[in-house]
Amino acid sequence: MTTPFAIRAATPALWLLPPAAITLVLLGLLPAVADGAVFRVAAAWVPSLGINLSFKLDGLSLTFALLIGGIGTLVTAYSAKYMAKHADRARFFVLLLAFMFSMLGLVLADNLVVLFVFWELTTITSYLLIGFDHADAKARRSALQAILLTGIGGLALLAGIILIGTAAGTYELSEIRAQGDVIRTHALYVPILLLVLLGAFTKSAQVPFHFWLPNAMAAPTPISAYLHSATMVKAGIYLLARMHPTLAGTDLWIWTLTIFGAVTAVVASLLALRQTDLKLMLAYTTVMALGTLTMFLGAEATVAIAAAVTFLIVHSFYKAALFLLIGNIDHGTGTRDVRRLRGLRQAMPITAATTALAAFSMAGFPPFLGFIGKELKYEGALAIASEPLFVAAAVVTANALMVAVAGILVIKPFFGPAGTLPKTPHEAPVQQWICPAILAALGLLFGLAPGLIGQSLVQPAVTAILGRPETVKLALWHGINVPLALSILTLAAGALVYFFYGRLRAGLATLEARQPLTADEIWDRLLAGLRWAAAQQTSVLQNGRLRTYLLTVFATVALALAATFIARGVENDLSWPRLHLAEWGAAALIVAGAVITAITHSRLTAICALGVVGVGTALVFLMFGAPDVAITQLLIETLVVVLVAAVMLRLPELPAARLRPVRLAVSAALGTVFAIALAGSVRGPQDSAITDYYEAKSLTEAFGQNIVNVILVDFRALDTFGEIAVVAIAAIGAYALMRTRSAARP
Amino acid sequence: MNSLLLSVASRLLLALMLLFSVFMLLRGHNAPGGGFIGGLIAATGVAVYAIADGCAAARRVIYFDPPNIAVTGLGLALLAGLLAGPFGDPWFTGQWWFINTGDGGKGIPLSTVLLFDIGVYLCVLGAVLTFVFAFEENV
Repeated sequence: MTTPFAIRAATPALWLLPPAAITLVLLGLLPAVADGAVFRVAAAWVPSLGINLSFKLDGLSLTFALLIGGIGTLVTAYSAKYMAKHADRARFFVLLLAFMFSMLGLVLADNLVVLFVFWELTTITSYLLIGFDHADAKARRSALQAILLTGIGGLALLAGIILIGTAAGTYELSEIRAQGDVIRTHALYVPILLLVLLGAFTKSAQVPFHFWLPNAMAAPTPISAYLHSATMVKAGIYLLARMHPTLAGTDLWIWTLTIFGAVTAVVASLLALRQTDLKLMLAYTTVMALGTLTMFLGAEATVAIAAAVTFLIVHSFYKAALFLLIGNIDHGTGTRDVRRLRGLRQAMPITAATTALAAFSMAGFPPFLGFIGKELKYEGALAIASEPLFVAAAVVTANALMVAVAGILVIKPFFGPAGTLPKTPHEAPVQQWICPAILAALGLLFGLAPGLIGQSLVQPAVTAILGRPETVKLALWHGINVPLALSILTLAAGALVYFFYGRLRAGLATLEARQPLTADEIWDRLLAGLRWAAAQQTSVLQNGRLRTYLLTVFATVALALAATFIARGVENDLSWPRLHLAEWGAAALIVAGAVITAITHSRLTAICALGVVGVGTALVFLMFGAPDVAITQLLIETLVVVLVAAVMLRLPELPAARLRPVRLAVSAALGTVFAIALAGSVRGPQDSAITDYYEAKSLTEAFGQNIVNVILVDFRALDTFGEIAVVAIAAIGAYALMRTRSAARP
Repeated sequence: MNSLLLSVASRLLLALMLLFSVFMLLRGHNAPGGGFIGGLIAATGVAVYAIADGCAAARRVIYFDPPNIAVTGLGLALLAGLLAGPFGDPWFTGQWWFINTGDGGKGIPLSTVLLFDIGVYLCVLGAVLTFVFAFEENV
């Protein structure tokens, strides 16, 4: 509250520093990468497992990294104003930066395991970002849904990565991409592909996993702009592109990606049209973009991949800009409902103009970059050898709907007579319109001068995806050809859809209402089912009665051992052992103690008799040369008697002992199988390699003569550390339990 | 429990057992003993004292709160393990120094292993006393 003005003014700039610096460094490397250079750094991490901290910068990584860094810089600058009055803005920026670094790590990793680590980090940081307003139940639900769904995909991806490692013999991506033919013909190819695709499809919200992305709009608008334009959801696309040289080219790859991508693109653009919340509308158009990208990555043709890369860049620019602009509208008017917003062009002229710029790129009007992207998409669709018509039809449909959505975004909120709004509309401050304006202007600049990104970004990325040198040339004018005709068709169809927008949305809403279950509801039912199953098995297996637990455990052990003996056979020498008198004495002590424990009426007698069993065991240890174990055993017995006595003395007398056949049978069976197991295990020759090793090394390497102690504190110190950690945690747990109990008592 | 005999004996026993526990801890590397056993002996001594003179008296004797002792021990053990790092060895590798006494012998051995064992001692002592006090005070 009394922070000096200088610090308050400097803090946003400080947050801006890392992304800006990263973007500048990446821009500096751009010319070299455009010339075909590949930068790689590596350090050993777990060399024995082939896991190295290796990072590589090639055309594909650079394209993604520049989008992450560049849009990250603009979003941070925007948020400095947007979040300025938020109490938790420090948390916001820390999470935003953490997410940014996770994403950068993901796209730069050259080792699959490292890639996976960063993949999971993006899942975790995005969970925290989506649930940023954690007081809001809806935000919490959305965050949980996102982390569960992408987490499931992440586990599938991990399994896929391990299988790739098995098939290729390495986790290094640079080495794996040279082995595409080995993996494509490998027996594990189908499981690998399905697992990797499951990871990519959940992350990139393909149908039927599309529902988490619109729900994730619960996050503050700058986060939506960042996560759902340039980064998080594109991670799945990045994975598909990265694995393209290794996995692509088979029928399974082509058909899966094409069909899932096409269905996602069309379904999502219909759902976008149905929304009334501008932010949700944009969220669904993002899903549409992801579907389109997936569809084109299914292809092999150079122009199809070039279309995917170009569209990736186009989409990041206009989508981030539009999200930020909707943030301005929301801030300025207090609503995002398309039915209420109108006539804002006088109150918010700059936002209106910028929205128009971005939306033109989205709709694919010349001379915007969006136009080039769309032309390339049509050219790419027609170049796909297997099913050009199907892809082209899907792309034209989705794009026509995009044109309509772009029209809605520009015309509905800004034109027409002014409506009544929760707040008097006002223009956003300069920091909040300059960032989207830069993005929208870039969409225009790169459209006018496509050479700026054609050779420097798109071509190296396409080369990296296809794994062969490619030449790509972007141009605004391709001549009069089929793509141009399709472009005109798209614009006409889009205009038509816009004209009938009201009726279409009503129709879609009716359709949605008739649908028995949405994907979101199915997800809820799945979760509810899981909880029900967990509750059922808990009430059976963990009913809270210690006696039942013990009986279950002992019966299971007895059965398992008996089954093993019967199946495998067991050699036994059950001849009468020859023991010393003292050894017989110890044995008799143990047996007597056990019998008395079982039949006595007095709890004190039972505790003491149990102590006798322990002491007898300690004697056995002592006789067979394990004094440390014997001392420990003796001390533990003493303590147990002291501790248990304190409790037991306050309990009522034991009920009269009576025969319980089930318990008797279980204990008899357990005793018998253990006797057989022990007799069998001491019969054969013992492998003394480990003992010999410790005996030889104990004094020379660990300077100790007591081997037991040397093992505990030196050779296996990590194990001991784990054990004392358990001891400490158990103590603290018991302490907490007892305190809760005494606090609950009146 | 109000027993004069036990009360008097427990004071003697406590002193003896604490001393003995340190003895067991220090000799553990070459003869039966060590941090685990030492910790148990010390805890038994305090437990007997707690039974004879009450938990409040026993708490005064050990001065620190048992859960804190346990966690401190855990921290010392972890520190001993991590100390191998700066010497370029994998974690939990014992580091040894021999302080020269000038009499021609190999010197007084000091090691991270000893620190680790002291950590085990404190952890066991703290944990067992946490149990003991929880039972004695709440039941």
